[in-house]
Amino acid sequence: MSALPHPAQVVERILAASSGPCLATVEETHGAEVRFANNTATTNGMRHGRRVTAIRVLATGQETRAGVATESGEVDEAELVAAAEREANVADDAFELVEGDVAADFDDEPSITDMSVLSAVLGDLAGVFQRAEGAGAVMSGFAEHQIVTTYLGSSTGLRLRHAQPTGALHLVGRADARSAWAASGASSFDEVRIEALEERVRRGLEWADRQLEVAAGRHEVILPPEAVSDFMAFMVWQASGREAEEGRTVFSRPGGGTRLGERLSELPFQLRSDPAEPGLECQPFVSTTASTADVSVFDNGLSLGRTAWIDEGRLTHLRYHRAGAARSGVPPAPPVDNLVLSLPGAAGTLDDLVSRTERGLLLTCLWYIRVVDPKTLLFTGLTRDGVYVVEDGRVVGAANNFRFNESPVDLLSRATEASVTERALGREFGEWMNRAAMPALRIPDFNMSTVSAAS
Amino acid sequence: MDGPLDPDRLAALRDAALGAASAGGASHATLRVERIHNQTVLLRDGRLETASDDMGLGMGVWAVRDGSEGFAGTEALDPESSSGLARSALEAARVTARARSRPVELADEAPHGSVEWSSTYGIDPVTVPLADKVALLADWSERLLASAAVDHVTAYVLATREDKYLADLSGTVAVQTRVRVHPRIEALSVGADGEFETMRTIAPPAGRGWEYLQGDGWDWDEELAELPSLLAEKLAARSVEPGTYDLVVDPTNLWLTIHESIGHATELDRAVGYEAAYAGTSFATPDKLGSLRYGSPVLNIVGDRTVEHGLASIAIDDQGVEAQSFDLVRDGVLVGYQLDRRIAAERGLGRSNGCAFADSPLHVPIQRMANVSLEPSPEEVTTDDLVGGVERGIFIVGDNSWSIDMQRYNFQFTGQRFFEIRGGRLAAQLRHVAYQATTTDFWGSMEAVGGRSTYLLGGAFNCGKGQPGQVAPVSHGCPSVLVRSVRVLNTREESGR
Repeated sequence: MSALPHPAQVVERILAASSGPCLATVEETHGAEVRFANNTATTNGMRHGRRVTAIRVLATGQETRAGVATESGEVDEAELVAAAEREANVADDAFELVEGDVAADFDDEPSITDMSVLSAVLGDLAGVFQRAEGAGAVMSGFAEHQIVTTYLGSSTGLRLRHAQPTGALHLVGRADARSAWAASGASSFDEVRIEALEERVRRGLEWADRQLEVAAGRHEVILPPEAVSDFMAFMVWQASGREAEEGRTVFSRPGGGTRLGERLSELPFQLRSDPAEPGLECQPFVSTTASTADVSVFDNGLSLGRTAWIDEGRLTHLRYHRAGAARSGVPPAPPVDNLVLSLPGAAGTLDDLVSRTERGLLLTCLWYIRVVDPKTLLFTGLTRDGVYVVEDGRVVGAANNFRFNESPVDLLSRATEASVTERALGREFGEWMNRAAMPALRIPDFNMSTVSAAS
Repeated sequence: MDGPLDPDRLAALRDAALGAASAGGASHATLRVERIHNQTVLLRDGRLETASDDMGLGMGVWAVRDGSEGFAGTEALDPESSSGLARSALEAARVTARARSRPVELADEAPHGSVEWSSTYGIDPVTVPLADKVALLADWSERLLASAAVDHVTAYVLATREDKYLADLSGTVAVQTRVRVHPRIEALSVGADGEFETMRTIAPPAGRGWEYLQGDGWDWDEELAELPSLLAEKLAARSVEPGTYDLVVDPTNLWLTIHESIGHATELDRAVGYEAAYAGTSFATPDKLGSLRYGSPVLNIVGDRTVEHGLASIAIDDQGVEAQSFDLVRDGVLVGYQLDRRIAAERGLGRSNGCAFADSPLHVPIQRMANVSLEPSPEEVTTDDLVGGVERGIFIVGDNSWSIDMQRYNFQFTGQRFFEIRGGRLAAQLRHVAYQATTTDFWGSMEAVGGRSTYLLGGAFNCGKGQPGQVAPVSHGCPSVLVRSVRVLNTREESGR
């Protein structure tokens, strides 16, 4: 659709336009998506975006300043560098720029996707709608695929490229007051089968044929991997080392410092991120266009490795950029775009956990999760699209929805059992944490604060 | 560069896109060219931490052919790309038609010819140098850090300028500009025992220019001066006893309750299931239009895309519909919905009331929220008058945590400042307060609304909806209100402590 110059050339022109230390990134995005609802396709879209960023570093005496400017599409590289210089300000996160060589794929074209990758899903949807109508149900959902190709260059000589594919398929079935949801994250639609999701939705609606009223209170709950994913992703996003040191998070130690090293769970959970995680591969270097409390533009190009946020139940890393880590005497730990929770030795599936439940609630997913109390990292939110009553090892019906008030940190400490870890797409935060793998968890006393009339 | 988009370049893009769409058999096509300049500046303890300056320029074509719609967007701006974009949109319509069970139709809208419009502002906020922004936020931060009650301060300002160009096959050509700013500063106090509290400014985001940060529309000096003492009092405050309380809710808190429990619930696309996969549906279904008792007789809610300084205000929406003002709830009864052209046609409701919006030229316009506001009392009723009618209650100021279910029944909100009310008078602050209710119960228990003097236009930059997710700015005006017998939780007890 366009005749924009090759991203690698744009990177080189930016670096050439700079009279001193400089970083350049080009983020090329191609995407396609289709939505459906009420048993018909609705909106759709194909997108091609390009974001070009120049980061200029200016050192004068003891002071280092940095300036950032970002524009889209075809840019005037010299003007972009000049804009970055005009915006340069004192940088508390200053650090030496990352050294390195030219990656072998740096001159490759950006990876592309378009509506054709959704062709099979679109072809299957007509049948899904037909079967739903036959069962008195309506289907809604969303299918999307995008590829972001990042080109990064530095005046140190470093040149990196990474193409990150991301896909997701959601399916929601509604019939009368019943609803059920299933979703899958994948890098390619070759890995996604809508029939599998349709079967999960059909099973959920069948379970809900029998409606049971359950009162608010503390219940034994089986959190499926999708719900655990939303809890864990939101928790890791709150794990800023700088903010913990300020005393303002659940990871702050009373009296000063952080809770690094502290045991959070008696069970030896590991919560980790790793760009090389099989099936969840993601960008193996830092690429950012703005500094924050724990991400730094100076770290652009920094290699990312395996980071265990929690290991053997202990808090082992908080998020730090290199400058912050150096100040605090801890290892740097920039964010990585995947997340895995596992319990060594865990065996069995979600269904196995259900089969071992005398009486409890099996959730489908969570919704509208927000921080209520940062001191305890208390979240509030809702159950959605299926709360199932389990008795004597099997689902006997569906209950009403609930508002919960719970902390993910407390959940890890109170969990009594976990399943094996599997890929899971969170209902609320899956758009921002597509590459996650989680176990199901058994929580003996999950706090359902009130009943929600929503169905 | 900021400033007007080049008219000759726009005309060339328009001719190429709409020409290709027309040649391809489109019954409707819209080209949007948008430049969106977003800036974020954040200081921590008076030192710059984040400076982001992002100028996006792109275009999108939305086309309807043979009862199917398609959209395509790109950030490559040239006539060849523009005509190719139209063909891509038509191809998307063709491909997705395989899964379309019924045709898309659009409500009629008369062409508006050439329209030029700008929001009201004095100083374009994105043109203010970063150094000036840093200097102002640093000054504000230092004022707070000078207090022994304050351990840390974060201060930020978000600034946006949107230049929107829209042309459609009917002949409407709209050139529109709007700006908005959202300054916020938060102070943190950490006790020796590790307990901590924050207190932040309650100034709303506004469809105004940089002059807003200079005192036009908000008294920053006054608010900054009182923050440290408010924070110290909050850290030492008694933890609330959970139970049922009468609430007097300040507009700095109530705007968000309106947004979640009325604004989203009266979006017709949600109410008929088109957002069931993600954002959710609504309890306020069309069969209840004209009969649903949404709240007490003093509940009068208006949707409005024309109010001055409103974050959702515009002249022509992203489907070419003129901005309007319309009733949603009158005398406590549901009487209307927010519409775009698709949903208005599908439900046979005649003309759209102009609620289409896309947050990017690369996203398809969907129905988004107008400025949805609660009308004040025609009588002069002050906040003190409302407090005076409460024997045991809480006065809630400022927003914080929020959550509501997918049908907009059950909500839970917290706030910034909670003042106990005893015997009709304000007493000391309380801590750990959250209020929880069902939408119609809450609004049905609203006994009184304040007068015009208590009215404030609140809002947010980041209302989320759609897949892929889109964010929209929106304002909500409201007075102070008195609501009887609302469930109040102690958030610390909720966490089991």
